[in-house]
Parts: sequence; structure tokens; C-alpha cells
Amino acid sequence: MAAYSPMAAKKAAQAETPLAKANGDLNVLSPKDFASDQEVRWCPGCGDYSILKQVQTVMPELGIPRENIVFVSGIGCSSRFPYYMDTFGIHSIHGRATAIASGLKMARPELSVWVVTGDGDSLSIGTNHFVQLLRRNLDVQVLLFNNEIYGLTKGQFSPTSREGIVTKSSPYGTIDHPMNPLALALGAEGAFIARTLDRDVKHLRDILKRAHQFKGTSLVEIYQNCVIFNDGAFFPFTEKETKSENDLFLEHGKPLVFANGKKGIKLYGLRPIVVDLDGQVSLDDLWIHDERDRTKASILTRFFDMPGSEHYMPRPFGVFYAEERFRYEDAMLDQLNAAKQKGAGDLDALLRGKETWTIA
Amino acid sequence: MNEVKPAPRLESRDEVTILFAGDSGDGMQLTGTQFTETTAIFGNDINTFPNYPAEIRAPAGTLAGVSGFQVHFGSKSIYTPGDQCDVLVVMNVAALKANLKNLKNGGMIIASSDGFDAKNLDLANAKTNPLDDGSLAQYQVHVVDVVRLTKLALEGSGLSSKDMERSKNMFVLGMLYWLYSRPMDATIRGLQEKFKKKPDIAEANIKVLKAGFNYCDSTEVFGTRYSVQPAKMPPGTYRHIMGNQATAYALIAASQKSGLPLFLGSYPITPASDILHELAKHKNFGVRTFQAEDEIGAICAAIGAAYGGHLAATTTSGPGMDLKAEAMGLALTLELPLVIIDVQRGGPSTGLPTKTEQSDLMLALYGRHGEAPLPVVAAYSPEDCFYATYEAARIALQFMTPVICLTDGYIANGTEPWKFPTSAELPELTVKFAAPRDKDDAKFLPYKRDDLLSRPWAIPGTKGLEHRVGGIEKQHETGNISYDAENHEFMTKLRAEKVANVAKTIPPQSMDSGREKGKLLVLGWGSTYGSIKTAVRELISEGYDISHAHLRYINPMPSNLGEIIYNFDQVVVPELNNGQLVRLIREKFLVPAIPYNKIQGMPFTVSELKNKFTEILNAKMSTKEAK
Repeated sequence: MAAYSPMAAKKAAQAETPLAKANGDLNVLSPKDFASDQEVRWCPGCGDYSILKQVQTVMPELGIPRENIVFVSGIGCSSRFPYYMDTFGIHSIHGRATAIASGLKMARPELSVWVVTGDGDSLSIGTNHFVQLLRRNLDVQVLLFNNEIYGLTKGQFSPTSREGIVTKSSPYGTIDHPMNPLALALGAEGAFIARTLDRDVKHLRDILKRAHQFKGTSLVEIYQNCVIFNDGAFFPFTEKETKSENDLFLEHGKPLVFANGKKGIKLYGLRPIVVDLDGQVSLDDLWIHDERDRTKASILTRFFDMPGSEHYMPRPFGVFYAEERFRYEDAMLDQLNAAKQKGAGDLDALLRGKETWTIA
Repeated sequence: MNEVKPAPRLESRDEVTILFAGDSGDGMQLTGTQFTETTAIFGNDINTFPNYPAEIRAPAGTLAGVSGFQVHFGSKSIYTPGDQCDVLVVMNVAALKANLKNLKNGGMIIASSDGFDAKNLDLANAKTNPLDDGSLAQYQVHVVDVVRLTKLALEGSGLSSKDMERSKNMFVLGMLYWLYSRPMDATIRGLQEKFKKKPDIAEANIKVLKAGFNYCDSTEVFGTRYSVQPAKMPPGTYRHIMGNQATAYALIAASQKSGLPLFLGSYPITPASDILHELAKHKNFGVRTFQAEDEIGAICAAIGAAYGGHLAATTTSGPGMDLKAEAMGLALTLELPLVIIDVQRGGPSTGLPTKTEQSDLMLALYGRHGEAPLPVVAAYSPEDCFYATYEAARIALQFMTPVICLTDGYIANGTEPWKFPTSAELPELTVKFAAPRDKDDAKFLPYKRDDLLSRPWAIPGTKGLEHRVGGIEKQHETGNISYDAENHEFMTKLRAEKVANVAKTIPPQSMDSGREKGKLLVLGWGSTYGSIKTAVRELISEGYDISHAHLRYINPMPSNLGEIIYNFDQVVVPELNNGQLVRLIREKFLVPAIPYNKIQGMPFTVSELKNKFTEILNAKMSTKEAK
């Protein structure tokens, strides 16, 4: 069989999917049309409310008929999400949403498939399916709600919980070293990797739209505050007093600047350094963000230490990495079509096989 | 080519069993399958049993590395691979040591002398060479210098010594073709096809095949030549088929007949992988095969495809069934069609991966948490893998449910002639997706049921059907989340009733052999079919009052099964496990069904079954006489 051609696939990947073409009555859809009749039952103050609202807000702008959108989730607080969307939806089992979404997308590439998952769902019980989806690069949006805790089971530490955190299952403090989700995703050959926050609604909406536009698996890690079991886990990045000092917003082609323009990041070889923009250093000397640079993206995922720690760097938000390559579903269809071109299957010929004999 | 020299005597045989045995690298499986193909085309009834080690290349020359292929063919009906063989072909000492017990008294041994040198004797822990220590006196032994003769035949071919030696199995095959008066043309065609891209290798193999044939013709190594006349089989056109291949074909057939694209999510596992391999070839039928990252990913992807409106399947063996259990529960409660093929093997845990067993029956029925009933069907022969799988697909689509189809390593790898159906002869599979709705239509109810309690299949992309499904208990009809106590009990019973309703769509249980009432009913399921059938037919002809019924539908069972059971004084249930169906029969029908179990990774032999059945019949007689 001929080897798969990445060039041809890339071309196919860039071609517009038929469903992206808006039809007439889509214009009348509003965020409300995407809200189901089910009562939303997250805890008051949960970060999930904001994410739900932003997703519902963005949906009408995408130009996709509601019936062509499917939300797939696993288990956890975030995984209740599909029930609140008036689209198609599956609330599945723990850790498997990415696998179910993969099968659905292979079967029906024309659908817009969204996975809603959490740090327990995709970085613990479902890590295998999560990384495999990323490397296969099916055109699926993965919204990973990271609250660094198990909420639905009432407060055990998760794979992203910070070292030493005291929870119900770690009364002496956790001795687990936390996982770095975006470094994992990049290591798994993820093609689109981004991070945003539940409390920065504009940024969240922008990233959701970028994720949708990307032809391939787009991973969006969303820092999401659990008010009950891990309140304030991301306050250094979300609160007025600290966020400007700690947040680094990435923009393609723009220098890495934070702290209200007072600081920037320079690269010495592969070593990033924070510099004061006090006139001595010009913006041109700074690290210019390039979404297609995997090495730089890899360094950015390593900006993972908390404020005050030895190797601290500001936490990046935005699109770390985005580079289109062939999508699994396109390659699958290409193979099917190539085989059919040589002659569609004939069931009678198949059943008969090559060698037969007749008894009179 | 059919000209027979006058020298050897020609004797006729009704049936013959040949066992090809050698190192797993000796090509015995290929030799066996080629002999099978030729013999099937010749018109004999045939049944085969490959028996190979779990290791791909176990240490050469050792007992652990012996690979065997047993072929049973005849001019009469053949339902088993044969208890003991008439001819044992051995490529080395280990193959002889491992299989001598399977050779009939006075049977023939064809030994490749190359495999009986000092090194091979040592590897097989043989103190003396059995070929000349007198231990084989009761057999007809033919020692042939296969390797040397093969190399002589290929002299000047330009092949390396190692490549030449690889063809030695074809020499043996040629000898067997001569011995049993078979034509070589099918194998020649097969070799040309197999080595299409390496014509020199094809040519070498064909040359050696002919050399083996001619060697017998000219040297009179065998004094007698045998003929096995074609069997009197029902008229029609036949092919030969392997169980896993039949399973794959059934999925394609169900896809074609239903008009649904086929999606297979699978993870490699012995002895089920061949279904994945087979389906991966047939992309021209639009078959999507997805080799997943694990068993769970495989079934979950299949669930995703089923949700999207495909005919979805997942294929596995016992360990994979364990892993898929949670996802099966999800598919069950989502009420999506899904065909789950379990090619059973010896367990527990890794167990005996390449050996057969029927030990997943309880797993199929009960191996999920909560009240989670699923329809279960079982295939009883290689060709029946086709019909059982097709029926599993029919039930899945009609009832919107996962269906488990049990086969096992024995029938999955076994072959037999198949009077294959035409596509027109296959039952129709009609599928209707839920229709689109307008704004003004009543709200769509995804769990509103038809009279058999099946729900609509509402696939994404259908306007107005937006709805959510999930693993949490659902409210009747709306499918919305419901924790209501009464609703849960109602839904649990509804799901059970739906599965029970499958019984309304299946044929009544019929008798395979014997009368509908009498002294002893042998009730079997799955791959024990051929051995039981042969044993029971032989006992009937010997004058015993015994009958055989074989269960295709394990859950639900045919509604007349009780009637049949109550018509017999006794029921015996032979199984390749520690007693599973027998428990169901006892529980369901309150009869003291007798278990008869074998847990050795091997099928029942006919004689084992006959002994057991006559023991039961005679014991009953003597009790009666005592009264």
C-alpha cells in the first residue's frame, strides 16, 4: 500500500469542511439556543459556570448547525457539561471521553466534536486515551478543566495537585509530584496546545475560537477554580493584585512581555531570563513568540513553577504551539477512497473467495 | 498428472487424520492449510485443528516449541479434527515426543531425518534416537532425508542454503499429496499468489513440492497409496473457511445488508487478532478498522462510532472482556448497538492464550456491575462463526443493545468446508434512524420504545434531535438524568425485559440428532458441537437412546428449551470449562443436569464423550434393573 502522503493530507486538512459553511438560519442562533432545559447543578461560584457561559457565547459565532455539534465528556464535575448544552451530547465513563470522541470523529468526520474533561479524568484514569488522541490528531477540541483536585468525589488530591497539599486522602500532605499537562501534551505530539483561565472570559472565548479553527486535536487547558475543595489554587494568576506579575500572555509574533509591560523574557540559548524593560533592553531583544516553534513551546511549558519558587517564571497563557499536520480521519478516509477506487467491495465475491468447488 | 504407476497398491479409506508437527518455524501451519485447501477442493469433508505454542519462536527443537496442525478428512461427514491420527509427520525429535501419544496403534510416522541428529536429541531430552532404538516398532516408520533432498532439488537455483531449507515443508507436502492421491494445482496457484513479489521463492517452493511428490512416485518409499473419495455432501458450491475469517465476513455482510458503514475498534490479542487483520484488508467495503491503544479504547471508539450511526464492533478474548466490562455497561445503558466478539481462550489471567476453553460464559452473562443483562449468542463451528456473528449484529441493530458473540480458539482457528450463502440469501437487516424534527414538532424522546422495547437510534447531524445520553440513570422516555427510586427500578426491569424480548425473534430450539424425547439429552453450546454430534450419532447407530441439542442462544434461551429438557430422563452438559452452562440449566429448569467438563485447553475427543454418555446410560439402566 502506498505510504501516506503528509502533503496531500495537509492540503485536505486545510480544505474547508462542508459543515463550516453557515446556512441561512444560523444567524438567528443566540447563546441561549445552546442552553439545554436542564438545571445547572454545579456548586455556587464554581468556575465551570463561566466556562459554560463562554462556550455558549462562542457557539453561535462558529456557524455550525446545533445538530452537527457533539459534546463528549467522561466523569467528574466538568463532565456534566454536555447536559447543559442543547446540542448532541454523551456523558460517558471515567477517562474515556477522548476514546469515544475518537471513534465518533472517525465515523463522522463532518461533525464538530468537543471533549469536556478534567484533570482527574484525562490526566489520571484516562491518560492513555488522552495522549493517543493528541498524537493521532483527530479534529477534536479538548477542553481540559484543571482545578487540581477531585471535586465530584469530594476532595481528594489529583495528578495536578501541588506537592504537599492536604486533602481528604492526603491528611499528611500529598507526596505525589504533580503532572505538567501541557508538557505531557507536547510530548505526546499534540499539534495545538493552549492554556486559558475561567476568570478571563475574553481570553477564554478567544482561545475557544482558535481551538475550533485549528484543523486537528486542539488541547485547551483551562484553569478552573473549585470553590469548595481547592479554592484559590489559581489566585496568583487570576486576582488583580498578583496576576499582572504572574501572567504571561502569548501572542504570535509578539515579544514576551508581562508585568504591565515592565518586564520581558529574553532567551540566552535555550535559557529564558526575565529582564526589566527599563530602557536598557529593547522589545526587539526579547523572545518573540512563534506558535510554530516546538522547541520554544517546549520551554514555555516548563514555565511551571509557582511564584516564589527557585526557578519561577511567569505562567504563560494563550496558544503555546499550533502546527497543522495531517488528521487521522482524513488519512482513514483517503485509504478507504483509494481502496474503493480500485473497485467497490462485492459481498458475493467476498463470500465466494478464490477457491471453490461444486458438488452436484 | 493423474496417471498412477502400477507399482504401489491403491487402498481406499473413509477417513484419515494427519498431524503435521514441527518447530514453530518449520512451516507446519502453512503445510497444514495447503493440504486442507487442496483436500477441500478435492471434495472431501474436512475439519482442522491448529495447535501452536504461545511463543512465536520458542527455543527451536524443544518440546515447548512444537507446533502442530491436525487435518481430518473423509468421504463421509466430518465434524471434528479427529481424536487420534493415522499419519504423524514429524520434523524433529521434539515433535515426535510431543505427539506420539496422538498416533493410532500401527499408524504411520514420516520423519525428517535432519531433525533427529545429536543436537535435536539433546534439545528434546531424548537419551536414544527413537528412530533406531526400537521404540517405534509398533508403527510404520518412514525416515526421509528431507533437507538434503530439498537442497538437491534446488541445486543451481542461486538461493542460499538457508533459503533452500525453508522450502522443506513443501517437500513433505508433496509426499503427502502423492500418498493420498491429491492434485497439486491448488497449492501451486496458492504459492504463486503468496509469493507474487518473489517469483524465485514461489518457483523454488513449487519445485520442491513437485520433488516431494516425484520422490514418492519413483522410489516407492510407500508401498501403498490411498484414495479418499469425495464426500457425499449436500449439493452446492463450497469453499473452505476459518472461524475468525467467517466472523470478519459476517460483520462485512451485516454492514452491506444494513447499509451501515462498519467500524471495528480492536486491540491485538490472541486468538482474536485475525479478525482485525482480515477486516483491515477490506477497505473497499468502507470498513474502518481502528487499532486502539488498549481494549478500553477499542470498545469506547466503537461506542462513539455506534453513536454516530455505524455498525460498530469490537473483537477480543477473555482478558480484553475484563477490561471492556465498564464500557459494555455504558453501551448497554446508552442503548446503542454494538457487536462484541469474545474469542475465548484458557484463563484465568493470561492463562493459556493459544489454547481453547469455554470459560467466559458466566463472564458474558454476568461480568458487569449493576443489573446489566446483554444478549449472548455462541458460534458452534468455523462456518457458524459467520451465522452467529451475523445474528449478533441483527439483534444489536433490532434491539439497540450490545450483543456478545462467543467463539473460541478452537473454532476461530479451525477450518471446514462451507457451502457459503449468496448475499441475497442472507436475512435482511433494516435500520431506520430517527427522523428529523421541526421546531413545532413535539419534543424528541430518545428513550421512547417500540413494542419490543427498543429505542430510536438518533444520530448526530439530524435536525431537531439534539439530546443528551449518558451513564447516569435516565428518566423513562426523556432520557434525562433521574435519581428517582421508582424510576430506577422501572428502568432496570425495562432493560431486562428488552433483552428477554429477543426470545420473541429467535427460532425455537431444534434437535440436532436423535428423538425429541428419550433417556439422555446431550445439551451443548459452542465449539463442542462437532465432537458431540459425532459421538451421539455413533451411539444412536449403536442402538443407544440418546439425543443432541445445541444452544446458539445463551441469553435469552429459546422459549421451548424447557419443554425439550423435560422430555428426557436425564440431561448431560459437556463443556470445556468447570461447569457453567450446566449451572444455568439447573437454575432455570430445576433439573439435576449432569456436568461433564474438560479443562485442558483442548477440545473433547469423540471417544471421551462416548465413554461418558454410555456410562450415564448404563448407570441409569442398572439402577432401573436393580429396582
